[in-house]
Amino acid sequence: MRVFVPGDSAAVSIGANDVAAAITRIDPSLTIVRNGSRGALWLEVLVEVETANGRIAYGPVMPADVQSLFDADFLNGGAHPLARGKTDEIPWLASQERITFARVGIIDPLSLEEYGQHGGLVGLRNALKSTSEIIINEVTESGLRGRGGAGFPAGIKWKTVAQTTSDQKYICCNADEGDSGTFADRMLIEGDPFTLIEGMTIAGIAVGATEGIVYLRSEYPYAISILQKAIELARVFGWLGTSVLGSTHAFDIQIRIGAGSYVCGEETAMLESIEGKRGVVRAKPPLPAIEGLFGQPTVINNVLTLSTVPMVLAQGADAYKARGVGRSLGTQVFQLGGNIARGGIVEKAFGITLNELLETYGGGTLSGNPFRAVQIGGPLGAYFSTEQLETSMDYESLIAAGGMLGHGGLVVFDDIVDLAVQAKFAMEFCAIESCGKCTPCRIGSTRGAETIDLIIQGVKVEENKKLLLDLCEVMTDGSLCAMGGLTPMPVKSAMVNFPSDFLGAAR
Amino acid sequence: MTMIFEPDFGTPASEKSQLVSLEIDGKAITVAADTSIMRAALVAGIDIPKLCSTDRLKAFGSCRLCVIQVDGRNGTPSSCTTPVVEGMKVSTHSEKLDRIRRGVMELYLSDHPAECATGDECEVHGVAKKIGITTTRYVKGETHLDLKKDETNPYFTFDSTECIVCNRCVRACDEVQGTFALTIENRGFEARVSASGTSFMESECVSCGACVQACPTGALTEKTLLTIGAPTSSVITTCAYCGVGCSFKAEMRGDQLVRMVPLKEGGANEGHSCVKGRFAYGYATHSDRITKPMIRSTITDSWKEVSWEEAITFAADGLKKIQAESGRNAIGGITSSRCTNEEVYVVQKMVRAAFANNNVDTCARVCHSPTGYGLGQTFGTSAGTQDFESVEHSDVIMLIGANPTSAHPVFASRMKKAIRKGAQLIVVDPRVIALVRTPGVEAAHHLQLMPGTNVAVINALAHVIVTEGLVKRDFVDARCEEKSFKDWEAFISLPENSPEVLEASSRVPADEIRKAARLFASVPNASIYYGLGVTEHSQGSTMVMGIANLAMVTGNIGRKGVGVNPLRGQNNVQGSCDMGSFPHELPGYRHISNPDTRKIYNDMWGVTLDAEPGMRIPNMFDAALAGEYRGLYVQGEDIAQSDPNTSHVHAALRAMDMVIVQDLFLNETAKFAHVFFPGTSFLEKDGTFTNAERRINRVRPVMKSPTGKSEYEVTCDLATAMGYPMAYENGAAIMDEIAATTPTFSGVSFKKLDEVGSVQWPCNEANPEGTPTMHLESFMRGLGQFMRTPYVATDEKANRKFPLLLTTGRVLSQYNVGAQTRRTANNIWHTEDILDLHESDAQLRGIADGSWVKLASRVGETIMRARITDEVPAGVVYTTFHFPESGANVITTDLSDWATNCPEYKVTAVEITPSIKGPGEMVETHISGDSQLNSIVRMANQIAANIPASDAPEIKVAHHIVQFWTKTMIERLHKDVDRSQLSPTVIKAIEVLLVTQ
Repeated sequence: MRVFVPGDSAAVSIGANDVAAAITRIDPSLTIVRNGSRGALWLEVLVEVETANGRIAYGPVMPADVQSLFDADFLNGGAHPLARGKTDEIPWLASQERITFARVGIIDPLSLEEYGQHGGLVGLRNALKSTSEIIINEVTESGLRGRGGAGFPAGIKWKTVAQTTSDQKYICCNADEGDSGTFADRMLIEGDPFTLIEGMTIAGIAVGATEGIVYLRSEYPYAISILQKAIELARVFGWLGTSVLGSTHAFDIQIRIGAGSYVCGEETAMLESIEGKRGVVRAKPPLPAIEGLFGQPTVINNVLTLSTVPMVLAQGADAYKARGVGRSLGTQVFQLGGNIARGGIVEKAFGITLNELLETYGGGTLSGNPFRAVQIGGPLGAYFSTEQLETSMDYESLIAAGGMLGHGGLVVFDDIVDLAVQAKFAMEFCAIESCGKCTPCRIGSTRGAETIDLIIQGVKVEENKKLLLDLCEVMTDGSLCAMGGLTPMPVKSAMVNFPSDFLGAAR
Repeated sequence: MTMIFEPDFGTPASEKSQLVSLEIDGKAITVAADTSIMRAALVAGIDIPKLCSTDRLKAFGSCRLCVIQVDGRNGTPSSCTTPVVEGMKVSTHSEKLDRIRRGVMELYLSDHPAECATGDECEVHGVAKKIGITTTRYVKGETHLDLKKDETNPYFTFDSTECIVCNRCVRACDEVQGTFALTIENRGFEARVSASGTSFMESECVSCGACVQACPTGALTEKTLLTIGAPTSSVITTCAYCGVGCSFKAEMRGDQLVRMVPLKEGGANEGHSCVKGRFAYGYATHSDRITKPMIRSTITDSWKEVSWEEAITFAADGLKKIQAESGRNAIGGITSSRCTNEEVYVVQKMVRAAFANNNVDTCARVCHSPTGYGLGQTFGTSAGTQDFESVEHSDVIMLIGANPTSAHPVFASRMKKAIRKGAQLIVVDPRVIALVRTPGVEAAHHLQLMPGTNVAVINALAHVIVTEGLVKRDFVDARCEEKSFKDWEAFISLPENSPEVLEASSRVPADEIRKAARLFASVPNASIYYGLGVTEHSQGSTMVMGIANLAMVTGNIGRKGVGVNPLRGQNNVQGSCDMGSFPHELPGYRHISNPDTRKIYNDMWGVTLDAEPGMRIPNMFDAALAGEYRGLYVQGEDIAQSDPNTSHVHAALRAMDMVIVQDLFLNETAKFAHVFFPGTSFLEKDGTFTNAERRINRVRPVMKSPTGKSEYEVTCDLATAMGYPMAYENGAAIMDEIAATTPTFSGVSFKKLDEVGSVQWPCNEANPEGTPTMHLESFMRGLGQFMRTPYVATDEKANRKFPLLLTTGRVLSQYNVGAQTRRTANNIWHTEDILDLHESDAQLRGIADGSWVKLASRVGETIMRARITDEVPAGVVYTTFHFPESGANVITTDLSDWATNCPEYKVTAVEITPSIKGPGEMVETHISGDSQLNSIVRMANQIAANIPASDAPEIKVAHHIVQFWTKTMIERLHKDVDRSQLSPTVIKAIEVLLVTQ
C-alpha cells in the first residue's frame, strides 16, 4: 500500500520527514512515496493514501497526529478531523487549471514509469517526429511567453537562435528563482523534474542545441539533488546523451549552482556566472540569442516556460491558447505568499482577478487583520491597494495598472504595513543586490534609500519627494538592466497608491 | 611646444568593410557597419558625454551618460553599446536625455571629492560642467570618501575615493594587458576596484600602466604627476628598452619629464606599454650618470675629467699610434643595439673610412646574428617577415625559445589577445614559461625539450609534416627552389629525423611532436615567433634555417597571420644590423666583397674600402690576446659583463692599449678603458630606432644632453681627429645619407617619418609606404631555399662532474645586464639573480628553497640564491643575468654558433652545491687547449653539413668561408687544424680556397 508524504522542501520545512518517519515506524510495510507538493501549502504536511476510491487526503498533518491517523484507519480512508476527502475533489485544487503543474504532487518525481503513465514524453516524441520549423511554429502559435518575468514570446526567441549558424548552441534554463514570494520553479523541479528536462530537450532539438545548462540557486539543495538524479535517470534511459530516444539528435544537461546573488537571475549576469565570471550584467545588444553563453547562440528560458513546452507539443498550440485573455494566453502559475491564509500554488488561466486570487484562493490575511497591500511580481513589482482588486491578472492589464506580472508571485500585507518603509526596503534591496555596474543602480539605490529615510523623518518632504521621483526616472530610463530599471516600480507604486504613508512627520 | 592630444572615439573602430548611413542630430553620417553610435557621432564631431568608454576597450555601458534616443525605438540606450543601423535617426540631446545625464552626474558627485588632487586629470568635474551641473542635491550620506590610498606601487597610486567604478582599469588589465590582476570586489554600492583582493604590490599586477592610462579620474595616477604637476608639453618618441619599440608621448612640465604615456597611434604598441617603458626611465637622470669626458693612461690610474677636445685628441692619438705600430687592422669598433640607426651608421662609417678596415661588429653578434645568417640563406634577408599586428590573424602560434611576457611584454599582450580570440599556441621551451598556462591562455602543446636540442625538435616536426603528406605543395612548387626542396625532403624524411628517434635527445614525447606538427600544418595561418632561446646555441643558425624550412613547407609566408618572426632583444638590434655593423656587410646587408656596393661608398665617402670582411668580436678578443689587436671603440655595450666566458673577455681587454667606452655609466667594460666618452640617453637623442618588425620609429630629443654633445658628434669628432673629417648637421642628415646609399631605405627620411609616424623597411620607390609583410609574391632572394639542418649535439654536455644544464633568461622588471633598470624603482620586484631548480635536483643535493648555492661550470663558478620550482624540469636549472655581482656569464662557456659565433648562452653544463656564505669572489677557471682552433673545426664541419647536397658542395663551403671568416681563421684552418678532424667536404673546400687565393 502506498502513502504519499511530500518530499518538497516547503513540506519538509514544517515536518514532512518526521511525519514520514512516524508512519514507517508504526507500519514498516507501507510504501512511502515522497511526492512533490500539491501546492496547497496551507494543507502541508498533506498526507495522501492510495485507496480503491482514489487518493484520500489528510492535512495539515504534524508528526504528533500520525498515531491518531492510524487509530482512525486512515489507510482505508477513515474519518479524522484532518481528513480532506478525495484530494482531487478539494475545491482549492479542483478548481485550478493545472497544465504546467499537471503532474506535480501526483507522481513520484523520480519515476520515469509514472512520468510516462501521466503523459510524459509525448511532447518530446512528437517533437522528434517533427521538424525544427514545426516545433517552433507550434510554440509560437501557443502564445507561450517567458514566465521569468519579461513575458517575451518563447517561439520568437527560439526562432532567432534556430536561424543563427554556429557549431555550438545552448539551452540555458534560468532556475535562479530569487524573487521574494516565489517558489514555483523550485516546486516544479522538486515535484516533476522530468517535465523540465523534456522541455529543454525539445528546445534543444528545435534550435539545434546539444547542451543544456540549468542555473540553479544554491539555496535550493533539495531541488539540485532531485534534478541531478533525474538527469542521471534520463541518461540511463537513453533520453539524454548522444542519441535522444534513439534519434539522431544529441542533447545533455548539466547543472550549474548559483552562489547567492540575486542579480544572477538577470539573464546576462547568469551567463557571466555560468562562464565562471563575476555575475555582472552585460549590455545588450548583442542579444543572448545571437551571442550568449561563451559567445554562442543561446536560448534562455525560465523553468516554467520550458516546463510548459512538453504540454504544448503533446496537446497542440490550440489547446494551450484556448485559455487566457488577449495576448496573455494559457495559464499562469501564481504563487500566494506573505500574510495570507491559504498560501501556495494557484495555476489558473490568465484573466483571473486579483480579488479572486486573494479571496477565493487566499482566503484573506493570515493575521485576520484587514488586507492593505499586495506586491505582485517580486521585490521589484508594484504594490497594489484594495482599490485595485478587480485588476485582471494578465501581462497587459498589470502593466496598465502600473505594475507587472513578473514571475507570478504575490506577497500580501495587512493593515500594519508602512509603505514608505517598504519603498525604502526596495531601494535597500537594490543597493545590496545590484551588480554594481551601472551608476543609476549602483549609487542611485543607496541615495534612494537615504532620501526616503529623510521623507520618513519629515525632512524637506516635498523637495525630497521631487528628488526621489527624479531619481526614479534616472533609474528607470538610465539603468542597464531590469534590476535598476524596475526598482522604482515598488517605490513609485507605493507613493502613488499609498500617498498617506509619504507625508513625513504629518503621518 | 604644446601638448599632443589624441582624440578618444569611445569605442574601437569596426573591422567591417560594409558601410552604413544614418542621421545623428540631423547630420548625415556614413560609417562602417558595427560602429557604435558613440563612435559615429564623435568621428563626425558630435560630442556625447562619456566616462566609462574609451576606444582602446570594448564598449561596457556602465556610466549611462552617453544615452541617446532613436526614432521609432523605445528607451534611452547607451550610444557606446548600440551599433549603427542603416537609416536610423539618432538624437543625442533632448530634455529627457539631459535630465538623465544630470541625474546620473548628481549621483556621481554625491560620492566623489568636490575637488580632485589631480585637477583636470579627473574627467568627472569636466563632464559635469559640460552637462550643466556642478553640485548634487543629495545630502551627504554613505560615501567612499574615507577610503585609504594604496601607495604600494612605486610608480602609481590608487585612490579609491576618486574612483567611479567605471571598470576601465579592470577592462584594460583584462583586454589590453591580459593579466586579469584587477577586479571589482563586492556588489551594489559596495562594488569597488580591487587588485586581486589585496594591494597593488601584492597582487598579480605587472605595473604595465594600462590601468593608469585607462582611468578617467585621478584614482589611478602616476606619482610623478602628483609630485611634479600637470604636464604642459609633449614629444612623441620611442622606448629604448626591448625590440618591440613602443611609441610614447613624453609629457613634460618645463624641462622635467612628468610621465611617459603610450601612444595610441604607435604602430608597434597601439597605446600599450610595460613597466620598463612606461615607468623605468629614471636612470636617464640618475646620479651615477657620467656627463664629462674622462681619460687615463693606464687602467690602474684613476680617471681624469677633461674637455671634449682633450679627450678626443687623446683617443685619436692613441689609436693612430697603434695603427702606426701594428698596422691599420689593429683597431676596430663595436656598435650598440641601444643606439640610434644614425649613431650606429656613423660608428661603422668611422671604422670603415677613418680606421680604414672592416673591424666593426655589434652586440647583435651575441644575440641575433644567427637570425641574420639563417633568414638570409633561406629567404634572402635578415628580418622578421611580419608586423606585430599579424599575430592577431594567426590560427596557430608556435613560440620557440622566447618568453614574451617577461622580455617583450607589449607584444605578449597582443599574443594573449589573439589566443583569447581562439588562436592555439604551441610552446617549445625547456621551461614552463608563463604562456604555457596563464589566465585566458593555455598552450595546446608544450614541447618541453632539453636545452640544446632545438634542431632535434624542429627536424622532428618537419619530418612528421613531410612523411605524413602535410606539405603545402602549391606553395613549395610556386615559391621555393625545387632542387633544394627535393634535397631537404629526402634529408628530413630520413628515419634519424623522426620524432621517435629524436625523442632520446630532446626528451619530447614523439606523440606530442606528431600532434603539434599536425596542428601546425592543419590551419590556414600558422606563425612562428622565436627569441634568443633559438639563436644563442652552437646550432643557432641551423635552428633559424629549420624554422624557415618549416614555414616554407607549410606555406606560411607572405600574408597576414603567418611568417617567421624573431623577437629582438634590444630596441635597435634590427637597426644596428641593418646599418652595416657586421664586419662582412655594408648597410642593407650587402656583402663587402661586392664591388658595386663598395663603389657607392667609395664615391660618397671618398675612400677605398677594404674588400675583405673584418674581425668579429671573438676574433678581436683572440687577436688582442695574441697582441695583434690593441685598440677598441665600444659604443654603449658592456662586453665585460654581457659576453660569455668573462675571464677570457677581461684578459683580452686588459691586453689592449686603447679602449674607448661610450656609455651613460661607468660600466664593467669601463674598468678596462682608457677613454670614457659620456653618452646620451634616449631622452636626448635625435634619430631613429628600428624594431623587430622592421618599423623605423623616430626618437626625438625630449631634453638637452647634459654632456653637451650628441653621440654621433663625438664619433665624427674622433674620426676627424683621426684624419678623416666627418660632420653632420643633425640626425636627419645622417638618415639622408643612409637613404641615398641603401636601396631598402631609399624612401626613408625624418620628414617622411614625421608625416606618417613610422614605416617598415623596405621603404623605397617600390614600397613608398613601407612593407608590413615581407615576401608577398616572391622571396627577397627570389625562390625560397630549403637548407639541410642535421642535428648535432652541442659539445657542452652534462656529465658526472657537471650533471645539470643551465639556461638563462630575463625577468619582466629588469633589462639585460641591468644598467638601466637597476637604477630605477624596478628593483623592488627583483633585487638579485636567482637560480631556479627542480625539487628533485634540490633534494639530491640537500638544497633548501631560498638558500645560497654555488653554481660551477667548466669555466667558472659563482654564488646565488636558489628557488625550488617546477617551472624547470629535473636536470635543468635557470637564472637571469641582470646583476653583475651574480656574474652569470662567469660560468658561460665560449662555445658559439658555427656560422656566426653567437655565443651558446643557453646551454652550460653545471653542478650546484650548497654554500654557507653569500656571494663573494667569483672564481674563473682557465680552460686548457686552443679554444679558437676547436671552434674553427666545429664551424667548418657544420657548414659542410648544412649545405644542400649538390655536384660540388665544397665550392659552397669555400664560398661561405670566404664570405664570413677572417683571413686569420682561414689560415689556421688549413695550417693548424688536424685534417682527420675535418669532414671530406671541408678538406676539399680547403683545396678550393688554396686554388682561388
